[in-house]
Amino acid sequence: MKRFAALFLALESTTRTSEKTAALAAYFREAPEQDRLWTIALLSGRRPKRAVTASRLAEWAAEAAGLPGWLFEESYAVTGDLAETIALILPPPRAPEPATLTGWITRIRGLALLPEPERRGAVLAAWAALDGAERFLFNKLITGGFRMGVAQGLMTRALAQATGIAEPELALRLMGDWTPDSTTFSALVLTGDPGADLTRPYPFCLAHALEQQPEALGAPSDWAADWKWDGIRGQAVLRGGRFSLWSRGEELVTDRFPELAELGDRLPGGTVIDGEILAFSVEGGGAPLPFAALQRRIGRKTVSRKLLAEVPVILMAYDLLEEGGRDVRAEPLAARLAALRRLVEGMPASAPLRLSAPLAFADWAELTALRAGAAAAGAEGVMIKRLASAYHVGRRRGDWWKWKLDPMTFDAVMVYAQAGHGRRANLYTDFTFALWQGDALVPVTKAYSGLTDSEFAEISAWVRRNTLERFGPVRRVAPDLVFEIAFEGIRESPRHKSGIALRFPRMLRWRRDKPASEADTLEAAQALLKARR
Amino acid sequence: MAQGPVLCFTDRGIHCPAGDFHIDPWRPVDRAIVTHAHSDHARAGMGHYLATPRTLAAMRHRLGPIRAQALEFGVPLRIGGATVSLHPAGHVPGSAQVRVEVAGEVWAASGDYKTVPDGLSEPFEPVRCHAFISECTFGLPVFRWRPEAEIRAEVNRWWAQNAAGGRASVLGAYSLGKAQRLLAGLDPGIGPILTHGAVEEMTAILRAGGLALPPTLRVVPGVDGRSHPGALVLAPPSALGSPWARRFGAASEGFASGWMRLRGIRRRRSVDRGFVISDHADWDGLNLAIRETGAERVFVTHGYTAPFRRWLAEQGYDAAIAATDWQGEESEAPGAEAAE
Ligand SMILES: [Zn+2]
Ligand SMILES: [Zn+2]
Repeated sequence: MKRFAALFLALESTTRTSEKTAALAAYFREAPEQDRLWTIALLSGRRPKRAVTASRLAEWAAEAAGLPGWLFEESYAVTGDLAETIALILPPPRAPEPATLTGWITRIRGLALLPEPERRGAVLAAWAALDGAERFLFNKLITGGFRMGVAQGLMTRALAQATGIAEPELALRLMGDWTPDSTTFSALVLTGDPGADLTRPYPFCLAHALEQQPEALGAPSDWAADWKWDGIRGQAVLRGGRFSLWSRGEELVTDRFPELAELGDRLPGGTVIDGEILAFSVEGGGAPLPFAALQRRIGRKTVSRKLLAEVPVILMAYDLLEEGGRDVRAEPLAARLAALRRLVEGMPASAPLRLSAPLAFADWAELTALRAGAAAAGAEGVMIKRLASAYHVGRRRGDWWKWKLDPMTFDAVMVYAQAGHGRRANLYTDFTFALWQGDALVPVTKAYSGLTDSEFAEISAWVRRNTLERFGPVRRVAPDLVFEIAFEGIRESPRHKSGIALRFPRMLRWRRDKPASEADTLEAAQALLKARR
Repeated sequence: MAQGPVLCFTDRGIHCPAGDFHIDPWRPVDRAIVTHAHSDHARAGMGHYLATPRTLAAMRHRLGPIRAQALEFGVPLRIGGATVSLHPAGHVPGSAQVRVEVAGEVWAASGDYKTVPDGLSEPFEPVRCHAFISECTFGLPVFRWRPEAEIRAEVNRWWAQNAAGGRASVLGAYSLGKAQRLLAGLDPGIGPILTHGAVEEMTAILRAGGLALPPTLRVVPGVDGRSHPGALVLAPPSALGSPWARRFGAASEGFASGWMRLRGIRRRRSVDRGFVISDHADWDGLNLAIRETGAERVFVTHGYTAPFRRWLAEQGYDAAIAATDWQGEESEAPGAEAAE
């Protein structure tokens, strides 16, 4: 665990990618093999399950530190992280103990089987044995919340440096339905038997946001465009009669979307399709349902018949990665799309698979005009992809672009402020904004991102001076500051006093030029609701 | 005989009715006693100042000509009906707690303080009192500092590593106190020590006041990463990542603050290295200091006042929050110290 903690600290103490890669590569060369495997598993989201509930841990830690529960909670509110709070408030270790990462993970997985008093004893013993970063990591593992902030690409590169195996090959080997119990470092990384896993998806090709005008991309005839759908990115894999559905987070979601299993019967063997899992109403010509509908399906492992009927999903297909058992990712997009079209056209209309229809455009002005209609089509914007491009691994610049609609905005008045936590524990960063209704201000949304640190610092000083009332950590402030709030979507919400709820609200800028009296009205915001859909 | 409180809290600062003076006032008053020269405690516009000689020297640098009287630590001074004395707060060199006695009742105002010696500031001295006004910038149990020797070794190790890799080390630290404390712990054997103008000027003032510090060289055109390879550069936090720092090329940037104890804040600052070094008392230090005053009444200000007050109340103190306008030099506002 010491070595793993040292790796964690090394990764955290530099912002340079090259140094992070070097630290990770050194670890992959030196650590015990089983620890390497577990590290790959952890960095690719294969975490051990939560072994103890957060509330129990908080209780035991407060007791061990001799602090009242409320003070533990206050501390937690400041760090914003349970594992960190516990690591910080406990006294230094009494009985340091050397054990490997795998050793600790094995102990953690054994905890779930113990009766509670023994489980408590084991956790307290671990806290007394571990120091600083080790204790923090142990807590992260035990709560099932381990995340190290290392992108898959960086890990693959480090592993390539350590093993001499090419990156794309490694990326493929690491995909799929493996766990440290089902394989070994040598089988997974060094040998990488491709036939071993019929369910293995391909690494997703990711798009960059288009920040300039599309004219900068050159000749329109080199490019294909289709809608940017507002669903969950997914890959449907059919091999050897086995159908699996993966989400972009490399999560197997086959069982969550049972209606898509039909594709396993309809597609030819050796097919992998990349597309969007989309809530979709088949009425009329068929139309996507808002993301809010899909949200009702996300996170549910078992789906009721009623929900299946209310929120059916389809796979909106936009790429073909494997055809007849052959990896076709290196072929040009144009050829892959032609093959995909043939595949989809061979399906009955009732099948839960549709082709994300290409948007025809002769010049960029035409595509710009089409994009303006994205919301009406139930999309977030358009995707622009180079016709000659291969299907890349990860986020490579130049061939895939997402060009989203500009966000909607209004100007609102800050009415409440709350201190941030974690990264911004010492600043006021969480604000509630209100719009005018007659001469009253009605709170409509919260937002906590979009400003620079120096703006947050300036506003924090202002909040301290202009507090009208305090409710615990929340301060009601003088309604003087105006901010432009941007958001991606708006919907009706009877739960909110304002009657509306926003999707991804954020502060676009601080309108120092505007007095509160000139902020927007609730009526104007409600008009936006009607304008979209 | 009926008698009002020794000190009371007004919208100008802490006021002593018996002596008619204010402690660390933030609005103009006739007579100000100043605990230390940080800008949130030592403000311009007072008719007359009283402070330790080291604090006055730093204040004169910051505020220009002022009418002032110096008072050494531990020397009682009669002001009206009050007897005032200054006692080391251990926060920065010259920083003082203010002890005020009126008709046998003793109150003490801590200013900013830390209880563990930093090797440079006059070590904190507990003041026995009936009522204690304590800062609590870091008044939560997540804040605990490590021993000075370990911190010094950690900074020197970072510097030596960078120097070996051919990189400069730019270390951000508040220019009064923190910068000199770090300087005192640096190992000049590793390489040259360069300073930002704001740090150099404050350092010169403290040297003139009798503090022995390793030699430093002010950064001027021509003094940079090339002319002084492997250098450590002491600069105010606002200089990190600024155009000023660019002259050191691909330097490693470090930042020294108690806030670096929190992982989230370390990541937000996105410096290469965060050192948990504070000139304020940590959780244990606050509790120890308050216990040692023997005070029954405690007023808390500056920081996590609400939870810290509740904690003290649960420990049996008569505890209250005092509202002040002190921001704390560790409030971390970028630009709090303008880059020169
Ligand atoms: Zn201070
Ligand atoms: Zn202060």
